[in-house]
Order: sequence, then C-alpha cells, then structure tokens
Amino acid sequence: MGLRGDVSRFAYSAIAVLLALVIGAVLIGTSGYSVKEAYSNLLMGAFGGVYSLATTVVMSTPLLFTGLAVALAFQCGLFNVGAEGQLYVGALASAVVALALSGLPPAFRVIIALTAGAGAGAALGFLPGYLKAKIGAHEVVTTIMLNYIAISLTTFLVKTYFRDPGPVDQTVLLPPGSRLPELVPGTRVSLGIVIGILAVALLDRVMRRSVLGYEIQAVGQNPHAAEYGGVNVAARTVQAMMISGAVAGLAGSVESMGTLYRFIPYFSPGYGFTGIAVAVIAGKSMWAVIPAAFLFGALQSGGQSMQLFAGIPMELMTMVQGLVILFVAAPALGSMLLKSRSRLSEKGGGRA
Amino acid sequence: MYAVRMENITKRFGSVAANDGVCFAALPGEIHCLLGENGAGKSTLMRILFGLYRADSGSIYVNDRPAQIAGPRDAISLGIGMVHQHFMLAERLTVAENIVAGCEPRRRGLLDRECARRRIREVSERYGLAVDPDAVVEDISVGQQQRVEIVKALMRGARTLILDEPTAVLTPPEVDELFTVMRALRESGTAIVFITHKLKETMEISDRVTVLRDGKTIGTVCTADATPDSLVEMMVGRSLPVHDDERTPPRQAVLLELRDVSVAGRKGGRARLSGVSLAVRSGEVLGIAGVDGNGQLELEEVVTGLRRPGKGKIALTGQDVTGLDTGGIRDRGVAYIPSDRLKRGMVDSFSLARNSVLGTHRCADFSRRGLLLENAVREHARSIVAEYDVRAESIDQPMGSLSGGNQQKMLVGRELARPHSVVVAAQPTRGLDVGATHYIREQILASRNRGKAVLLISAELDEVLELSDRIAVIYEGRIVDVRPASQFTERELGLLMTGQRNEV
Amino acid sequence: MSGFADVVFNINNLTATIRMATPIALAAMGGAFSERSGVVNIGLEGMMLAGAFCGVLGSHFTGSPWLGILLAVAGGGVIGAILAVFAIRLKADHVVTGVGINILASGATTWLMQAIWKRKGATDMVAGLGTWSVPGLRDIPVLGTILGVHSPLVYIGLALIALGWVVMFRTPLGLRIRMTGEHPEAADTVGINVRAVQYFCVILSGCLAGLGGAYLSLAQLNWFSKDMSAGRGYMALAACIFGGWNPLGGLGASFLFSFTDAIQMRMQTAQIPLAVEIIQMIPYILTILILAGAVVRSRPPAALGKHYESGHGR
Repeated sequence: MGLRGDVSRFAYSAIAVLLALVIGAVLIGTSGYSVKEAYSNLLMGAFGGVYSLATTVVMSTPLLFTGLAVALAFQCGLFNVGAEGQLYVGALASAVVALALSGLPPAFRVIIALTAGAGAGAALGFLPGYLKAKIGAHEVVTTIMLNYIAISLTTFLVKTYFRDPGPVDQTVLLPPGSRLPELVPGTRVSLGIVIGILAVALLDRVMRRSVLGYEIQAVGQNPHAAEYGGVNVAARTVQAMMISGAVAGLAGSVESMGTLYRFIPYFSPGYGFTGIAVAVIAGKSMWAVIPAAFLFGALQSGGQSMQLFAGIPMELMTMVQGLVILFVAAPALGSMLLKSRSRLSEKGGGRA
Repeated sequence: MYAVRMENITKRFGSVAANDGVCFAALPGEIHCLLGENGAGKSTLMRILFGLYRADSGSIYVNDRPAQIAGPRDAISLGIGMVHQHFMLAERLTVAENIVAGCEPRRRGLLDRECARRRIREVSERYGLAVDPDAVVEDISVGQQQRVEIVKALMRGARTLILDEPTAVLTPPEVDELFTVMRALRESGTAIVFITHKLKETMEISDRVTVLRDGKTIGTVCTADATPDSLVEMMVGRSLPVHDDERTPPRQAVLLELRDVSVAGRKGGRARLSGVSLAVRSGEVLGIAGVDGNGQLELEEVVTGLRRPGKGKIALTGQDVTGLDTGGIRDRGVAYIPSDRLKRGMVDSFSLARNSVLGTHRCADFSRRGLLLENAVREHARSIVAEYDVRAESIDQPMGSLSGGNQQKMLVGRELARPHSVVVAAQPTRGLDVGATHYIREQILASRNRGKAVLLISAELDEVLELSDRIAVIYEGRIVDVRPASQFTERELGLLMTGQRNEV
Repeated sequence: MSGFADVVFNINNLTATIRMATPIALAAMGGAFSERSGVVNIGLEGMMLAGAFCGVLGSHFTGSPWLGILLAVAGGGVIGAILAVFAIRLKADHVVTGVGINILASGATTWLMQAIWKRKGATDMVAGLGTWSVPGLRDIPVLGTILGVHSPLVYIGLALIALGWVVMFRTPLGLRIRMTGEHPEAADTVGINVRAVQYFCVILSGCLAGLGGAYLSLAQLNWFSKDMSAGRGYMALAACIFGGWNPLGGLGASFLFSFTDAIQMRMQTAQIPLAVEIIQMIPYILTILILAGAVVRSRPPAALGKHYESGHGR
C-alpha cells in the first residue's frame, strides 16, 4: 500500500513539474523567445555531458540539505521557511572555523568546521522553535524575518571582522586542507553529496524507527494526543526546529567548504527557498528528498545555461518552483484533472 | 395536511446507508419524536430536510407541495428551522449578531442594530425565550445558547422546527423550561420534530413517535398508545442486556486523592474548579455527576496532569504527584480514557500498531536505546485487537479509518493494558452504539473488580448511576455532595446538579 | 550622543512614519479580511510584489500612474484569486500555498521585468504619482508637517482603512465575513454562501495588498526593483495579528513598524556610527518581537486555516 502511494505521489509530482514547465513555455513563447531554444539549452545544461552533469550534482548538493531540513520540520508540523538564513550562518561559521583551525590535521578541521556550521544553523533554528513552542508565534513569519537578519548579520561580520584584504567583501580563500575533498577530480563535486546522502539515511532511520522520531511525528500530526501520550510537545518542537536548522546550516557548510572555498555575502541563489519545493515534492519520505533535490538541481544548472546561451532570465526557474509547490500542495487538483480527463474520454467514446 | 413529509429517503455515505427508504411526516401543531439509537440515521434524515445533505433518492413535500431543498437557504424560505445538537453559534459574536446573520435588518446599507434588538425582543417575549441580545455567546450558559438557536429559527419564520437532541446538554429545570416553550410553539401551530434517544422524554412531551433503526423506519405510533417497553423493542430490536453485577466490597486503600484542588478560570471569570477534595479507593467506582461544563473537563485534566492545579494537592497511592506532567503521572499508574478521543486519545493518521503504544512508547517493553522495538509494538497491538474485539482489517491501517466504537475499544484496551492502579474514564461511551457502550461499561466494572480505583466522569446520569459505587455531584466547579450511590434518588441528583442544594 | 537624540526625536520621523505605514497598513487590512473569513494569508508578500510590479507596468505602458494603480489592484487581485482557488476550492494547505505564491510572484515579477525592460535589478523610471498638499491642513503647525503633504495614496489609503473598518464591523457583509471565519458551518446553516464570502475576502486582500505594493513602486521610487517588497508582506501579516484582525488595529501596528523604519532610514543618512547592515536588521527584529508579543494575547478567528466542506453537494 505504501509503495503504491509513493509511486502515485511520484507520478503526480512529475506531472506537476511538467505542468509548471508547460506554463513556463507559454510565458517564454509570449515574451518572444524561442521555446525550443530555451528548453533544449535547459536540457543540455542539466544533462548534456560530464561537465553539465557535474554542475547539476553540485547544485543539487545544497538542495539535498535544505530540502531535507524543510522536510524534517514538516514531520513536526512546522514550516521552516528559514533554511536560507540558516544556510548563511552555517556557511560563515564553517568558513571561519575552517580558517581558524589551519594548525590541525585536515580531517579534524573539516569535521569541526562542519559541526560549527550545523551548530550555527541549529542556533538560528532554536529561536523560531522556542517562540512557536512557548508563545505560538507563527514560525513562517519569524523564520522569514530571521532570513533577512541572518543575511545582514553575516554580511556585517564578514565586512567588519573576516574580510579578505581585496576589493571584494568576502573571506580569505580556504587552504586546501580546510576544504571538503573533491569526489570527482576536476569538477567541484565534493564529499558534500555523500554527507548529504548519509544525512538522509540517518534521519530516515531516526524518523521511522526511533522514539524521538515517533514523538516528533506525533506532535506534527496531533499535538494534543502527543501531550496525552506523555510527550513533551514544546521540547520536541524546539528540537525538530533545531535539527532542521542544523541540516540547513550544513547546506551552507558544504557550499563554503566544498564549492566556493570561502564565504561570500549573498552567495545563495535561493537554495533555502528551493528546498521548500524539494520538500513539498518529497512529502513524508526522507529518501524522496534525493531525487527531488536532483530534479531541482537540474532545473537550476539547466536554467543557468538557458540564461547564458538563450538569454532567458533564470528567474523562470523560480516561477517553476512556485508553481510546483502550488500544484503539489493541492492534491485535489490531481484528482480533478484525472476526473476531467476520464470525463473527456467518456465523451470521446460516445461520439465514436 | 402535513407540515413536512419525506418519502423513501435514501442517503449513502460510501458503502454505508445512513438512511434506507425512510418515510416520515409531521403535522402542524404536533410534537413529533424521532426516536432511535446513536447511528440510527435520525440526524441524517433531518439534515436532509434542512438541506445540509442531499438525499440520493426520495422526495420531500412541504405543506403537501413537492419541494426541492438544495441548501439551508431553501429550507429556511420553506419555513423549516433546525436547532443542531452542536450549536451553530459563533462564540465570539453577540447573541444579536448570531441571530440576524444571513437576514440582517439594514438601514442605509449599514446593519440596523436597533431594529435587530427590537425584533429579537418581540420573538423572545412571545414565546417566553429570554435572551440578552448584547451578550457575547461564549459568556452565556448552554441553556441560554439553545434559546438563542430557537429564536434564530423562529425569526426566520420557521413553521417546522427541528430540535436535534436538545436535552442532552440541559439541566432538569432547563429541560422543563424547554418543554414549556415547545408546548407554546405547538399551540401556535408549529410542527416540532424532536430528535432523541431518551424514552422518558419521549413519553412526556410527544404526540407521536417515529422510530428509526439502522437507517430504516420501524414505524410511527401515537404516544398515547405506546409504552416505554414497546418503544425499546422498536428501537433496539431486542431487549437490553444487563451487566453481571458481582460487586466486591471496596477495600480501604485510597489510591487517588485530591485535596482542596482549584483551577482558575479565564481572566476575570469564576474559578473552573474550587476546593475539590475527593478520594477514590481500591475496588470502587467514584462517579462524577453533573451537567456538562461544570468543571468536569478541568477535573479530568488536572487529575491526569494535562493541566496544573492553581492550588491543592493530588496524590497517587499516597505519593504526591502535584505538578507532574502527564507522562509523569501516567507512568505512576494511571490509565486514562479521555473525554475527547479524537483530539486527545489517538493520532488518527498513525497505524493501530503505533497508537497501541502511545504513552507507553518509552517503556522498556517497547523501546531500547532510543529505538522502537517494532516487533514488540506490533505484537502488543495484535493482542489488544484480539482481546478487546476490535474490528480492524490490519494493525497497519490508520486509526482514523476505524468506526468510533472500535477506536474506543482500541483505546480502552491500550489503557487497561498498561500497568495501572487508577482508571480515569471520562465520557467513556459518548457517541457509541448500544453494543460498544455495553462492552466498555463491562470493562470498567471488570477493572474495578480487579481492585483498581476508577474515577468515572460522565454527563450521562444513567451511566453514573449504573456503574458507580459512590457518586460525587459537581456544580460550578465545586463538589456539592458525595454519598454512596444507593443513597441518592434521581430527583435529588437532578436538583444537586443544578445547584439547588437547600431544597434537598 | 546628541546626534542620536536628534535622529530619534525629529518631527520628520513622524511624516516618514505616516508615509511608510501606508503600504503595510493596506496589506494588513487585506490580511484582516482574508483571515477573518478563515483563510490564512501568508501570500501578502507576493501580492504586494505583484502590485508593485503591475503599477510600474501600467504606468510604463500608459504613461498614467493612475492606470498603473488600477493595474496594480487588478494584479494583486489575480494573485489573491490564485490563493483563493488553491486554498478554498482545491483545499491546499493555506500556509504552503501562501509560500508557493510568494516564490511564484518573486520569480514572475523578476522574470517579466527582465523580459520587458531587458534589465536586471530594476526597471526604468516611470511616471509616478507625485504628492498632494492639502490646503488648510498643510498650514497647521506640526500637524501640517506630519499630515499636510503626502502622496495621494496616503490619503486614499487612510480613507480605505476607515471604510474597511466600517464594512467589517458595521455592515451585514462584515457580519457575514466574521461569521464565516468563526464558524463556517453556522454561516452555512443560515444561508450564507461561505465560499463566495471567502473568495471575495481573499481577492479583496490581494487588491489591497496590491495597492500597498503600488505605493512602494509608484509613490516612493517610481521604478520597480527585484523583490522590492523586502518582507513587508510578512510585516503586514504580523501587523494584522498585532492589530487583532482589525483594519484600524493593523494601522496602529503599522505605525509602530514604520516609526522604527523611519528612524532606521534617518540613521543611515545621519552618519550614526553603526553599520548599515545592523541598522537594516531593526525592522525585522522588531517584527519578531511584535509578533511574539501579539500572539500571547490574541485569538485568531476560530476556523482560521480550516477547510470547510458544505454537505449540499454530497
């Protein structure tokens, strides 16, 4: 039963993405661009050749984390729109710690720096979790506000304390020993993707098998019953938000340590927000975050080459994300479409 | 001429026929009881008449003319009004706002409040339905809310008035008042459809009775020609089972004790519980009798740790547990059947298996080193399903897909399976059919006979009388009397429940 | 430190407060209508953004800022209609839908901006609204400085908010809206068309937030830039909650936001020795504080965020 549910959900998500791309095509066409040129560049940019594929994987990596972060908060009935801000603090914390520890052996350096990134993300996740649990302040509003705060704060810190003495506001380049190792030499595909998949596996197990996961899900599905069952609802809410923040913080860590090799203000093209689309598509399954992240990674890297070679603004992909979230959030839409299709085919049969 | 007539009404929900070829007719100027058990299809039939559901087949006539009722708006314009079991009132709006919404008097485009007040006063004076138009609904008593509902229907020109289980929430004197209003309405030629499952009231107030069972009409009789026994037989199709009553005398050990427990109300409001002291002994059922909303929910929550008492002490088997949270209290041996089973008692999207350990999931039996022991959990669920006769296809189906009776059996099974010395049973049979009700009551008695201390909180006076060894009466958050059950008469209880202590 | 006092206690701050409160208060009123009818409106941000863009679009193509305003109201209304269809008809989760709409609006406006103006970041200048100076009012000392000279949208906005209060609390329509959000089934049983009320309110909220958005582009800057609403839609939602789902309360809360925003802007120009990033964080921190303070004592409409299925069709 579960498997069939997963399959039909996956099929429905695929339809939603296609539908969003069709709407995108209409917009491209009406704006006077060539749809064929646009989408062939999209496809080639995402999958055409080793370099394109590597770019897709590189872009999927942070989405794997942010998508997992948002999906995990969903399990507790929380909507973490703050992955973007958590990603920024995670990226800066990792970069600063990795730079500061240049005396240690590389393996320690990397592990401590990753932990720092996760910790910074968790700290940023704590506040909305606490305000939600103790006061009931809506986490969507508080996390969005914290995004703006985190982006300003990291920019301020870089400018004031960690600035590379050059023309640009950014940190010093990480020495090779402070970086995440390359997985495929010559590309920027780093160990980050492996860490991401391990994180998915770990959190999947936690959610499905552990007492903590059981309690987090109970809080998400029915907090009153969870309280009745002796669950500390406030504590689980805060913990879920902190775990979510930690995972989003790691998204920033793998960016600064595995892709950019430094912290640059405003570096994220909205990985935190795309993570929402990833999580909405993945639904309740942690494993589904992986294909969903890959899908949006492909749209991102394809979108870049579409912008580069066909001159079509990348923001089209942001629109596609928004549309996908809407379509997948409305399961009634799917059954409605199916119904109208069967009605149409009935009519067609009648005429024949 | 019939005020309303419904012929061969059929209504299915999925594969279940809630109404199956039902016929019903009410005359102007009569009080017509629609009698049947929970789930017999009474409310469904009347919701169809009021346009809230659409019948799959069948026809409706109003004043002998065929009527199409597509929604409440149509029903209202045909002179049909309905007072629902769960009041259709917005709690934070005023009485007047609730009454006029949908047919507002206007002056220059604005709401004419003065006119609204005047018209409400007219109706309320004509039928003796005192309501305060400017009061906010959440501040008035349940009885007053019901009057608001009746005024609401009459203001819209109802000539046929449907009352869905109107006495369930009322105190005995309020019931008398309601009956007076109903008689006045009958005099004025209004047809009243009175939905109930209570025989006594049926015999007292109605002119005719139509009995439904399992979605079918069993028959319509004149009340004068009926006896309570003949009606029971029509309702149930068999005589009611009797519990085997092997009361063992209670022992002395006090297992649950409350001393001077108080719970504050909303800011400025009166206390929800004040100075409640109770002791429940091993091997006895202490029943809490009272009209809904007199502090029963607060008592339930305070005993189980869902709410902290403002002052006072709570002790379990002699140990002070005041201030512990729910987990802490229940781990010290409290089985708890909550009054709101959907909201509190289960996670309806979780499987039966996962629900079977809600509250015990941290015990060594079901988890080790932070991981759930999946096999032990499933085995536990299977044993509850088997032992408590839960009708389910599999322990992997979501709890929400079970019927109410089976959900409650599962829940009772889970609670009685955990180690406990005290049982807190709040409204344990609310909304269940006769079979499940009987089964659950037997379980409660069996638990008592095993030496548990049972605190039974129930709005059903019959249930309290049937199961309790001692009865405590609660009124406005105070325990006004505690005595062995045999020392109360029903009339005495009724008076105590409404605060008329001096007259007893 | 006298420089700091000059920055905070300056009458021009009040003028700026009125100016900057208008768009937030308009969107907050939209939020109040939507949520009073039972539909959570996280989409205010996207609606404002759409309004800001459509305003510039209209002014650009017609040369008339007033037609721009009209288009902004329509554009916000369209976004509102999308939210309405998904949240009401398709029973999608209101919050997820709202966030989806905000992402969609951010992508769509930026994309269209680049497709039309072939520019990244911001559009060209278009004809703006200019200011009205109200004869009589402007000559009163102090009050004239604060209220006398503003964009016409300030006066229109304040009038609309007063009107909105009357509609919500003094008319039959307002009663029906409040009834729907508190107890949709009760509304249904007295013949109120719950869906129609909700559609009306959500689309209206889009129109109001769109008007607020147009204020950002046509009354303050005369151009559109990427994501120019910058979280004001979320601030409006916080103001709506803080104001107790009441248009006038929302206006009051908006003043609070805008006062700190005004000080923030003044600090940036007054060479206060504080980094610009830190100063910019102030309104966002304030929003969190206000929201945290507001929810303690507020009670949302009872049926907010729930889907209502009437039984008529069944």
